[in-house]
Amino acid sequence: MKKTILSFILILLCIQGIIAQTKISGKVSDQHKQSVPGVNVYIKNSYDGASTGADGTFSFTVNDTGEVTLVTSFIGFEQQEKKIRLIGKDIVFNPIIKEELNELKVVTISAGTIEASDEKKMTVLKPLDIVTTAGAQADIVGALKTLPGSQQIGESEGLFVRGGTGAETKTIIDGMVVNNPYFTGSPDIASRGRFSPFLFKGTVFSTGGYSAQYGQAMSSVIALETQDLPDRTSSTLAFSSVGIGGGHNKLWKEKNMSVGFDLNYSNLLPYFKTVAQTPEYTRAPVFTGGSFNFRKKTSSTGILKFYGYFNTSDLGIKTLSIDSTNGFKNLFELNNTDIYTNLTYKERLGEKWLFNIGASYSTNVDKIKTYFDTIRSQSDLTQARLVLSRSIKKLSIFRIGAEYQYAYDGFKIDGKRAYYNFHRNLNSYDNYTASFAEADIYLTSKLVWRAGVRSDYSMLMKKMVISPRTSIAYKLGTFSQVSLAYGQFYQKPDRDFLFYPQLPSYNKSTHYIANIQRVDDYHTLRVEVYYKKYDNLTSIISKDTLANVSGYGYAKGLDVFWRDKKTIKNVDYWLSYTYLDTKRKYLNYPVEVMPSFAATHTATLVFKKFTEKLNLSTGFTYSYASGRPYYNPNNPEFMSDKTIEFNSLGVNAAYLKQIGNCFSVLAVSVTNVFGFDQVYGYRYSYDNMQRQAITPPAKRFFFIGLFLSFGENRSKEVINNNN
Amino acid sequence: MKKLVVLLTLFVASLNLSAQNKNYISVMEKNVAVLDSTRDVSQLQSLANTFERIASAEKNEWLPNYYAAYCYVNMTYKTKGDMVDTYCDKAELFIKKADSINQNNSEIYSLKAQIASARISVNPMTRGQKYGAIAGELREKAKSLDATNPRPYFLDGMAYFHTPAMFGGGKDKAKPAYEKALKLYETFKPASSIAPNWGKHTTEYYLKKCTE
Repeated sequence: MKKTILSFILILLCIQGIIAQTKISGKVSDQHKQSVPGVNVYIKNSYDGASTGADGTFSFTVNDTGEVTLVTSFIGFEQQEKKIRLIGKDIVFNPIIKEELNELKVVTISAGTIEASDEKKMTVLKPLDIVTTAGAQADIVGALKTLPGSQQIGESEGLFVRGGTGAETKTIIDGMVVNNPYFTGSPDIASRGRFSPFLFKGTVFSTGGYSAQYGQAMSSVIALETQDLPDRTSSTLAFSSVGIGGGHNKLWKEKNMSVGFDLNYSNLLPYFKTVAQTPEYTRAPVFTGGSFNFRKKTSSTGILKFYGYFNTSDLGIKTLSIDSTNGFKNLFELNNTDIYTNLTYKERLGEKWLFNIGASYSTNVDKIKTYFDTIRSQSDLTQARLVLSRSIKKLSIFRIGAEYQYAYDGFKIDGKRAYYNFHRNLNSYDNYTASFAEADIYLTSKLVWRAGVRSDYSMLMKKMVISPRTSIAYKLGTFSQVSLAYGQFYQKPDRDFLFYPQLPSYNKSTHYIANIQRVDDYHTLRVEVYYKKYDNLTSIISKDTLANVSGYGYAKGLDVFWRDKKTIKNVDYWLSYTYLDTKRKYLNYPVEVMPSFAATHTATLVFKKFTEKLNLSTGFTYSYASGRPYYNPNNPEFMSDKTIEFNSLGVNAAYLKQIGNCFSVLAVSVTNVFGFDQVYGYRYSYDNMQRQAITPPAKRFFFIGLFLSFGENRSKEVINNNN
Repeated sequence: MKKLVVLLTLFVASLNLSAQNKNYISVMEKNVAVLDSTRDVSQLQSLANTFERIASAEKNEWLPNYYAAYCYVNMTYKTKGDMVDTYCDKAELFIKKADSINQNNSEIYSLKAQIASARISVNPMTRGQKYGAIAGELREKAKSLDATNPRPYFLDGMAYFHTPAMFGGGKDKAKPAYEKALKLYETFKPASSIAPNWGKHTTEYYLKKCTE
């Protein structure tokens, strides 16, 4: 009996012993036949397994029999599972593992696009860069001017990109067009953008070849994406040499809703009393405004956002009349009211679909008074937009969308002249619809092809235009890629022409772009060449009565961007160079010439340094542009004179300090520190005998400001849901 | 006879079971023991793999998942840039599993806080505020779940130490946190031979740096 039991135990133990020894060995390699160290190869639901060594090989023994699952798993690679049968015979297993696709490994369309985002990694700028660039004065467009492709234009607001006018660049917030993105300025003085860079989590600056989602822009698109819910409840206060401001953002405890507002008041009178200005201000510029926002997460994937903006401004300026011999001064008084609202809702529809719906209303009224004229100019825009996108497989995406805009433009003038008075009251209404379809097709993770088409129909023009767009990008290596883009772009003629008895038709441009870039964590190098052809530019046959689209032109050039955050410790700098060759015949140009808003060479160096010991951030921006053409009526060759070269060095410094839960920043900045002469062009008298240089209102602009941010100290607050 | 065979089979099976449990403890002990001395990425990777294997076999144990996450978060200190996020993503995967097995555990929340802090290094200027706040909240939660756990205080110290004074950090603020952590380390009794019990030496090291 005892023997039986003993032998039974023995047999049991033996069976276990005999079957136990199966050796599994092999080598793990990736798609490029490179061996991969550190890979975990193991039998599922067991301790048995091993990590691959430096040469990618592994070996282990298994104490099981029958069917098991062999797992090959490694960070950054797709996990593989394979069923095998263990029958006591050694197994050789040589798996090939595939790299997991993530944003960094997948090619993206880069031709013509410069992006600032915290969320995406392969971006040229971060939103914070916009605020901390010297000379930009925390203005989005000011910062974008340090990037290649844009011109250093100081006499007119807007971004002049690659031989295009400021009106050829459109600003878009959450997909919705902004009619008046800049403050209304006085003649020959560029004004700032209306929107604070802190509002946006992402900025896409496109210098050409952009997606079919964007229309009515022949040269460039600035697409801004507003912030989602804030990280916490906070308040801000700002005191500066030009005004005061404050705001509050409340985040609900459940972190699903926030409400915020801010109010600002700026008055340049004290500043103008301190720093002399060239023009004589009868009323110093005063800006009063505010904004309101509401954000709500409607589900884990849905978000509803509202943004409303309101501002009024007032100024009066007197300039010496060039045609007068007795010191007569021209008067320009402006009163502006601007409202912009934007409502968007984004949600998933099932697994694959995403929809984006939005509506926006804006109105802008300028009341202008001169000695002779009283002008009232109004622009209203109501719009709605719907975009549906569907992801296909892992990477590819298909988008389809429609836009509707109702635009009203009014222009009323009461003019007094020596022998007569005149009144004009002009109104323009447009119903505009557009639709687009576009697909980003990933042929492999390294090769993407975008094909899109857009149709625009404006009731004013009574004509539909179809614009095809396409681009392709190929990833050369871990950090570098090449990209090509082509597209046709239509735009309604500038606002002035809406009041012509017979409206000229669409203006058109065609872009061809080639781009190569290398982006790693610390360096960015981008080189882009392009050719842009203009057809159907607006030509004036007879001022205020007849214009057509017989104009034409071209722009070609080279844009280079280099950014380096590593070579010098605590220093981040970037260098932009723009070469531009452009000519056009448009408006009243008798021949095709280089326009007044184009410089052959433009270069910018932005330098930022952070000194941790002193809590100090300092920076400078140096900009250079070669001379720009201007019209000299005394020179028989049209537009063949050139202004002096443009030089500007702006510096800034910010001192940061945290006191309790108050984070404070003391910022100081000066533009054109060395007081370089800056001439944007000349204006001639009627008799052509006198001329006046168009210059900035003052050599330098000084700014000092204190910004306080009070964050609710929630480190003591315990959260219960944080997954 | 029949009865005996059944009994015997049961006995052998139970032997196997307890052996299995002993095996788990001993394998864990062996690997947890080398954690403190492992600093090299490839060694940490291989250790993380071992814990991942144990986790795959021991579906009801939170510690293998916890230690796998711990290995990955330690790997972030050996790398820079986007790899930090890749390791953090992996660490988060394991700590979530641990959390689903053992909810409201102070150690798990401490490690979650550590992962959030690790993400700051990718870009302190843009990420400091967001992830700093998340990590702070997680540490507070860890403290509230177990007041005797020294690790959330140790992590408080690390967060202060690595935050510039202008953003509310600095050695002066780190020091009392390290001191509090050290006091708790003196009395802290790990729940078992394989329960988390790390950070004392590092605390002593940094406390010295704070007083320098």
